[in-house]
Amino acid sequence: MSGWEPVVGLEMHVELDTQTKMFCSCAVTKGDEPNMHTCPVCLAHPGALPVVNQRAIEYAVRIALALNCTVQPRNIFHRKNYFYPDLPKAYQISQYDEPLAVSGWFDYWVDGEKLRCRINRVHMEEDAAKLIHAGGDTGRIAGSDYSMVDFNRGGTPLIEIVSEPDIPSPEAAREFLQQLRNLVIELGVSECNMEEGQIRWDANLSVRPEGTAELGTRTELKNMNSFRFLQQALEAEIPRQVGILEAGGTIDLETLHFDPDTGTTTPLRSKEEAHDYRYFPEPDLVPLLIDPVWVEGIRATQPELPEARVARFSSQYGLSRADALVLGSSHALAAFYEEVVECGAGAKPAANWTMGEYLAHLNAAGLEAGRGHVTAERLAKLVKLVADGTVSTSSGKDVFAKMIEERAEPEDVVNKHGLGQISDAAALEATVAEVVAANPAQAEQYREGKLQVLGFFVGQVMKSTGGRANPGLVNDLLRKALDG
Amino acid sequence: MPTLDPVRLTAREAKRLLVDGEISAAELAKVYLDQISAVEAAVRAFILVTADNAAKYSTKVDREMQATRGPLAGLPIAIKDNMVTEGVTTTCASRILSNYMPVYTATAVRQVWEDHVVMLGKTNLDEFAMGSSTENSAYQTTRNPWDLATVPGGSSGGSAAAVAAGETLWALGSDTGGSIRQPAALCGVVGMKPTYGAVSRYGLIAFASSLDQIGPLTRSVYDCALLLQHLVGQDPKDSTSVALPEPVTLPDAERLDGLRVGIPSEYLAAGIEPGVRARFDETIARLEELGGRCTEISLPHTEYALPAYYIIAPAEASANLARFDGVRYGHRCAEPVDLLDMYERTRGEGFGPEVKRRIMIGTYALSAGYYDAYYGRAQRVRTLVRRDFEQAFAGVDLIASPTTPTVAFKAGSRTADPLSMYVCDICTIPVNLAGLPAISIPCGLSDGLPVGFQLIGPAFSENRILQAAHALEGAIGFEPAPTFRDSGAGEQATEPASSGEVAS
Repeated sequence: MSGWEPVVGLEMHVELDTQTKMFCSCAVTKGDEPNMHTCPVCLAHPGALPVVNQRAIEYAVRIALALNCTVQPRNIFHRKNYFYPDLPKAYQISQYDEPLAVSGWFDYWVDGEKLRCRINRVHMEEDAAKLIHAGGDTGRIAGSDYSMVDFNRGGTPLIEIVSEPDIPSPEAAREFLQQLRNLVIELGVSECNMEEGQIRWDANLSVRPEGTAELGTRTELKNMNSFRFLQQALEAEIPRQVGILEAGGTIDLETLHFDPDTGTTTPLRSKEEAHDYRYFPEPDLVPLLIDPVWVEGIRATQPELPEARVARFSSQYGLSRADALVLGSSHALAAFYEEVVECGAGAKPAANWTMGEYLAHLNAAGLEAGRGHVTAERLAKLVKLVADGTVSTSSGKDVFAKMIEERAEPEDVVNKHGLGQISDAAALEATVAEVVAANPAQAEQYREGKLQVLGFFVGQVMKSTGGRANPGLVNDLLRKALDG
Repeated sequence: MPTLDPVRLTAREAKRLLVDGEISAAELAKVYLDQISAVEAAVRAFILVTADNAAKYSTKVDREMQATRGPLAGLPIAIKDNMVTEGVTTTCASRILSNYMPVYTATAVRQVWEDHVVMLGKTNLDEFAMGSSTENSAYQTTRNPWDLATVPGGSSGGSAAAVAAGETLWALGSDTGGSIRQPAALCGVVGMKPTYGAVSRYGLIAFASSLDQIGPLTRSVYDCALLLQHLVGQDPKDSTSVALPEPVTLPDAERLDGLRVGIPSEYLAAGIEPGVRARFDETIARLEELGGRCTEISLPHTEYALPAYYIIAPAEASANLARFDGVRYGHRCAEPVDLLDMYERTRGEGFGPEVKRRIMIGTYALSAGYYDAYYGRAQRVRTLVRRDFEQAFAGVDLIASPTTPTVAFKAGSRTADPLSMYVCDICTIPVNLAGLPAISIPCGLSDGLPVGFQLIGPAFSENRILQAAHALEGAIGFEPAPTFRDSGAGEQATEPASSGEVAS
């Protein structure tokens, strides 16, 4: 697609982990029997009225502050009108032209480069109920035999975050989203569980001739329920748009549905999308006045955010920028790493082991940081065993693997499998002598002055000791044997 | 037991009789249930009479609540059928809620229930409170006890007619553009719309959320204050409710010395019947005899209030009534072929023509491209109307006007022309737009039909209004004497049992 550059904007919805719903006191839960957590308000019985959940506002303000937004001292709720069975009032209480917070930004990293995306707005609304369509083969309401509604989710506090179209590539969009999700988790306002749809997103994309500033006509992309699908959908949409433009056509402002099976984007039927939401101010709620002093109180109790933590990891633990970024970006991995250090492991070796063996284990097992089969305490013990020479670095990796296999303490693994480092000169002298005797040609080369051949002998000793020999000692003993 | 005239008995007197042990709650309930039996076939004020419950509950009040009885214990009440009552069907006079059994009780109703009032039943109204004659009910047309050929007004026509006919001691109504005051005026009873927010709207089936307000319909201003005392209060379930700055006090004023009353020339300018005007002028003269000082004032944006109201109220209604979709409760059409068919037929069958008209007006007014021209502009007019009142109240304590331009009109005479119906509320609508309190009291008859006198006050001036209305009421000496006659020429109405027999 040379000559063209994409411009991406994202619109994200995050369900908040408040105890109760946005406008009533029903519990917010997951996995309970359908329609257990309902009341006249969230079932929209006649005469019922909404009351704003104060905690939801606090959580929303936390997100807004973390995204460097201006929290507006006065904001109002609107009714967004449309008929659908998952929307019992037939309007969603949302925000429109006077949202909670505006004009922020979010810094994120792509390949070690910091990018800034402006945030247009953060607003509050309520989630819809869950529809289950039975019969038919589309999984959608059209064509199903009947549909059921579970109102447990209906009315869950929802935050909408809208970015400006500042994201320069599909990969950057994925990074943006992952890092923004990490940020929200960090704030403790949502677990952002992807399977349960606690975080959902749509994207809009346009292309323009490289180096130009004017935005092209965008399309909106839906149905990308994993980070990978987001990237794939955007990657599929770019050539589609470029193809149209290069053929002299124009892009229609439309909504496209991403099909993960085919990897293509197709337009939704325009009828389904032809909504006039008839927004108007929600008369059942008074304007929400947000006390700036209260906001400052929330700002003062914000948890450490990834960007600040990455900087701290660099300065406090002497980590490189790249290492600090890997370890500091996600809450869970950062917490694990700091626990390893707190358990007495050196900061740098702890970082190497966490980023190396531990991350590889998580990836292989498909686990979240902190949920792996090695505790921080055990990893710290292993790091210390390597540091004090009890285990060599290379054996350490075997110890790590056995610790997982056997769910065992590192000391027990070392003892049981004899993986301790051999630092006893007497025990190594015989091996050294054997290796020298078995390789007379190389010994001759060494004696003729080719000192680098020493490495070959070290390797041979390591090989015959299963990597357990103390490398320094082996060097000394080899030099003695060869020089002598 | 003393002989009681249900048409004249006030709650104040009934309470004294109960407290003094001269009558039991069960006997009092029976007085009203008997009157319902006698006249309801002609008046048709109730959608549902809860006679068995009223008999049982009043007996329970007599038996169990001697020591702990609430301040309203044993006083029979009728509730407009747009307030939800747990376990008692609530229809809003609409087919779409014909089978609706509420799962909770409106805050205002719960408050009087907790004071041990005895509920007699649910009263008729214009469907979803949209109308000024109660002819828009899906179930029945209520008639005015003063002349059965005429309407009782609306939308709280059932409550007003029931109070006037002696079918209840008092009643609850709701007022969005005059729906308490206009029927109170037409039926010759007292009706008050409190300051917006003074009474919780939780459980009041919403018509226009920013305008709706529950209030009392009674036979005296004192009773109005007594009932209002038990309705007001900030409700954590209604974000728009507020606590009154001072409690509602029972009025005792006999003089109005120094009270400054403004008479808006715009309200007298157009369409006030001569008979109504005559009673109004007489009442103003009485007000001055009591020491009040009346001056003409101007509320310059009055002419825009009605059109603004008929944008704002339908706009809010179009969203408020969207929940009646056949999914969770209420009417659902038979055998829908798909979702859209279910929505269309359920709502097509469930709503009457006036409700549909307003939903369509409101939907249109909120549509993309029209919002600023209609809803946005109507809201700006609303601000101007509110400002008119603020400026007026800088110079006067209260504002007086006729409640309605005419006395009760013949049933069927305005149903073909919605605009002629809408102008019934020309003197009451601006008050709702401004969120102010106002009362209507009867001030005499014109052609044998009651005329209403409206007093409007600044926000939270309920006590001032009640004191003035109480003093005026004493000076006017209105006699509640509904004749239950039928002047004919309207639609046919059944002659009730002789009104002479109804007093037990």
